[in-house]
Amino acid sequence: MRATCWMGRGKVEVRDVPDPQILNSHDAIVRVTSTAICGSDLHLYDGFIPTMKKGDVLGHEFMGEVVEVGPEVHDLRPGDRVVVPFPISCGSCWACENELFSICENSNPNAGIAEKLLGHSPAGIYGYSHMLGGFPGGQAEYARVPFADVNPIKIEDDLPDEKVLFLSDIFPTGWIGAEMADIKDGDVVAVWGAGPVGQFAIASAFLMGAERVIAIDRFPYRLRRVERMGADPLDYEEAIDVPDALRDMTGGRGPDCCIDAVGLEAHHATPMYAYDRAKQATRLETDRPFVLREAIMSCRNGGTVSVVGVYGGFVDKFPMGSLMNRSITLRGAQCHVQKYLRPLLDRIRNGDIDPSFVVSHHMSLDDTPRGYRLFRDKREECNKVVLHP
Amino acid sequence: MTDEDRRRADRLARALGVAGLGLGIAPLTATDAISRLCGVDDSGTARTMLRLAGVRELVHSVLLLGSRSPAPLVWTRVVGDMLDLTALGLAASNRTGHRRTRVLAVTAGVAAITAADVYTALCGLRRRAPEHARAGTVHATITVNRPRDEVYRFWHDFENLPQFMIHLDTVRDLGDGRSHWRATGPLGRTLEWEAEMIDDRPDELIAWHATQGMIAGNSGAVRFTDAPGDRGTEVRVTLQYAPRGGGAVAAFTRLLGEHPDQMVRDDLRRFKQVMETGEVVLSEGMPMGTHAKRQLRQRAAQPMSRGGGGFR
Ligand SMILES: NC(=O)c1ccc[n+]([C@@H]2O[C@H](COP(=O)([O-])OP(=O)(O)OC[C@H]3O[C@@H](n4cnc5c(N)ncnc54)[C@H](O)[C@@H]3O)[C@@H](O)[C@H]2O)c1
Ligand SMILES: [Zn+2]
Ligand SMILES: [Zn+2]
Repeated sequence: MRATCWMGRGKVEVRDVPDPQILNSHDAIVRVTSTAICGSDLHLYDGFIPTMKKGDVLGHEFMGEVVEVGPEVHDLRPGDRVVVPFPISCGSCWACENELFSICENSNPNAGIAEKLLGHSPAGIYGYSHMLGGFPGGQAEYARVPFADVNPIKIEDDLPDEKVLFLSDIFPTGWIGAEMADIKDGDVVAVWGAGPVGQFAIASAFLMGAERVIAIDRFPYRLRRVERMGADPLDYEEAIDVPDALRDMTGGRGPDCCIDAVGLEAHHATPMYAYDRAKQATRLETDRPFVLREAIMSCRNGGTVSVVGVYGGFVDKFPMGSLMNRSITLRGAQCHVQKYLRPLLDRIRNGDIDPSFVVSHHMSLDDTPRGYRLFRDKREECNKVVLHP
Repeated sequence: MTDEDRRRADRLARALGVAGLGLGIAPLTATDAISRLCGVDDSGTARTMLRLAGVRELVHSVLLLGSRSPAPLVWTRVVGDMLDLTALGLAASNRTGHRRTRVLAVTAGVAAITAADVYTALCGLRRRAPEHARAGTVHATITVNRPRDEVYRFWHDFENLPQFMIHLDTVRDLGDGRSHWRATGPLGRTLEWEAEMIDDRPDELIAWHATQGMIAGNSGAVRFTDAPGDRGTEVRVTLQYAPRGGGAVAAFTRLLGEHPDQMVRDDLRRFKQVMETGEVVLSEGMPMGTHAKRQLRQRAAQPMSRGGGGFR
């Protein structure tokens, strides 16, 4: 089959690889009909996530048709149409029982590697490094889906791919970003990053009762998008000092809820940026926590900072004093996607939201390398790329 | 011995090499001054010996500085030190007054250098004693989301162990608490031994030791306790291996890998997977389940070609 392979920093290629096969009795094989490139894939593309191997098949946002099931799969059969959540979960460990699917205790065969960097291991993720399992991803014609009775959600009506594909990741991720921010009626929410994840966080914040949402980015086309969603755009390059601008916009209080939808590759045109870039390049610091620092410093006293932007390792100059002295709550997660599939599918069905609003580009699988370039460089007003194998 | 110890021994050896350069050059270029300092300026033979010692010192340094792992070569220095100490002893016994005092002072200095050389050489020795040839205890623990009696029962049937202990091929129950274990070691070599259950407290503890075969004396124990908050069972494993020389024992302990703790921890993780999900979870990058134990190294996260492994 054809599959998108990571071939080193800044290099992806669509190559011929063997077709996936059933390895565990709970597996299913899915013929991928739609798959997308995620901001998380860019961290791999840019070489910031350790333990990638040349040839690794990428992609963790995908859906399609079941073509084969293992002997222990009971709820799915060939022909079923499914969306696959990006964390792989066993359904029977303590974490899964408590709906903390992205920290499943059984789905990472390389948990020992993850423990070294992270202390304890999170769940396995498709196409997301060997530290997180060494599972081939879904930017391919076919994919193996472990624990097929637990993970995928069956789509039984005729909703088009575009509307349900993002249940695999970014819609639930935006949702959990807003949920962890503990939004109450009347709250002012600030969202760093007006990419697809930020956009779903904005949409979710409004659905949860936020009175006002401020969205921070620098790309005009993205700021225009979030403005159309009802958010107040804040161009961080124009504002120069974001915490100051936010203080101004909130009557001196600071936003009640701050959401980091940028992660470890934050960009900024200040000396601090040069400092973080240099430290990152020399591996003294693995992540550039610019947005995280800003979010904590900006947040109102007693407010909540929610982190869905991905971090990989260690950060520097962490404003612990601000967090501790001002009673700030900090939360983060890889999204527990499975928990939100059913309720968010219902919202799509009801017409509360149509997730296809994020899509800017459709491409064939063979065009994946161009998709990565456009999405990384934010060219051609690229917002979200959907690939059709 | 860790890599760090290894590097330290080599660093020390190199430092000795550099110091040796100074100790070698001085008697060659300033023979008079040095022989006065040593209190042997009264003897032509002593001056010649001093020069020879200088040349020897330089040879040691060249050896040490030219080698990638110089620590074992420090033994050549130790031999030289012995010669020097002997010569100095003779010189001291032949002299009196301030010359004798000087010879004794220099002897003390050479003794200190000898001590440093011996220390470094011993460090180098230890580095060649392989880690797996030393006796040890391995400990690991995990929480399994299953009731204690069920977890105990599964472990109690030793024939289940190869499902999650990656180095075991089979365990056969011989009755009366005795069992026959088989493992494939490095280079495809088969290792076999017999084990006996030496303690068995239902839902609490199982202990065994190897009675016959190549690893007789090795023992293991697993303890089961309730995890707080209804989270299942805490499982604690301790393995004790007492290698008594011999290739087979070394091969067995090598089975446990460079990092035996990690190995046992991974075994326990697979145990948890089997208990909670029914089987060992495989990924294409890490396709080493019980029936697909083909490689311990990661391959690219790509599907495998047909017949490549899996549960069947
Ligand atoms: N937690 C999860 O489960 C989860 C799931 C999916 C994605 N993510 C993460 O969410 C993040 C965003 O994903 P995406 O798909 O929207 O990516 P994206 O690259 O499209 O969006 C990131 C946006 O952040 C903006 N940005 C960069 N520096 C900034 C700064 N200093 N201040 C404000 N904005 C800044 C960029 O201009 C860009 O528009 C990534 O880190 C991704 O890995 C997390
Ligand atoms: Zn994603
Ligand atoms: Zn689980």
